[in-house]
Amino acid sequence: MDVTISSDLAEARRVQNQIEEALQACHYSEHDIFSIKLALEEALVNAIKHGNQMDPDKRVSIHYGVTPEQFQIEIVDEGPGFNPEDVPDPTSEENIERPCGRGLHLIKHFMTEVAYRGRGNVVWMTKVRKDDE
Amino acid sequence: MSSPAPRRRRLEVEDIGDIAVVNFVDKKILDEQNIQMIGDDLFRLVDELGRRKVLLNFGNVEFMSSAALGKLITLHRKLQSVQGKLVMCKIAKGIMEIFEITKLNKMFTITPDEPSGLQAF
Repeated sequence: MDVTISSDLAEARRVQNQIEEALQACHYSEHDIFSIKLALEEALVNAIKHGNQMDPDKRVSIHYGVTPEQFQIEIVDEGPGFNPEDVPDPTSEENIERPCGRGLHLIKHFMTEVAYRGRGNVVWMTKVRKDDE
Repeated sequence: MSSPAPRRRRLEVEDIGDIAVVNFVDKKILDEQNIQMIGDDLFRLVDELGRRKVLLNFGNVEFMSSAALGKLITLHRKLQSVQGKLVMCKIAKGIMEIFEITKLNKMFTITPDEPSGLQAF
């Protein structure tokens, strides 16, 4: 599926709901759905807020696929991009009390694979389906 | 741009002794504007209402993003600075994983249910 939205969190929410419905239709486990929803929320907020700076003239392109085996998504914003290595580890002692900067860390944990491409304005991620333990 | 969201109740606060027990009205704690308002309401408990013991009951919360964590950290700091205490309870499995991955479970006092939360002060 290919969807392009404006830099609007309400539009992002609609895409998130579509994806959740697709995952439920493929009988993904509750934990997998939670994991994907969280990663999507973090990645879309990053694209809209940090990438496109909420600029209504900038778009976010979303390409995703749901199969019974795995979920895959690519989110492209029109921002300048970033280097994920420049983002400090939010779990280190000096950063633990910082009020933000945990989104990337959570995405990495909750998804099977994550890659940043282009100039850092493209996030690609997959989640291999795992049945609830 | 959209107009500000109408002011609606996002928290339910019950006093049990000197402890303010806070339940979240929403099942999902998302969206910056919403989180901002939840944060404002939580901070008001400490800054304006002078509460020193706050128990956040997450029993109603099914989903939460990292954007809410900053408000919880600020609330924790505010309470610490006035010799108060923040305790959280009834956190769903997935949300607990968020606290564990970010290692915030080591910073916060987290208990399984409300009675044990009340005991933690």
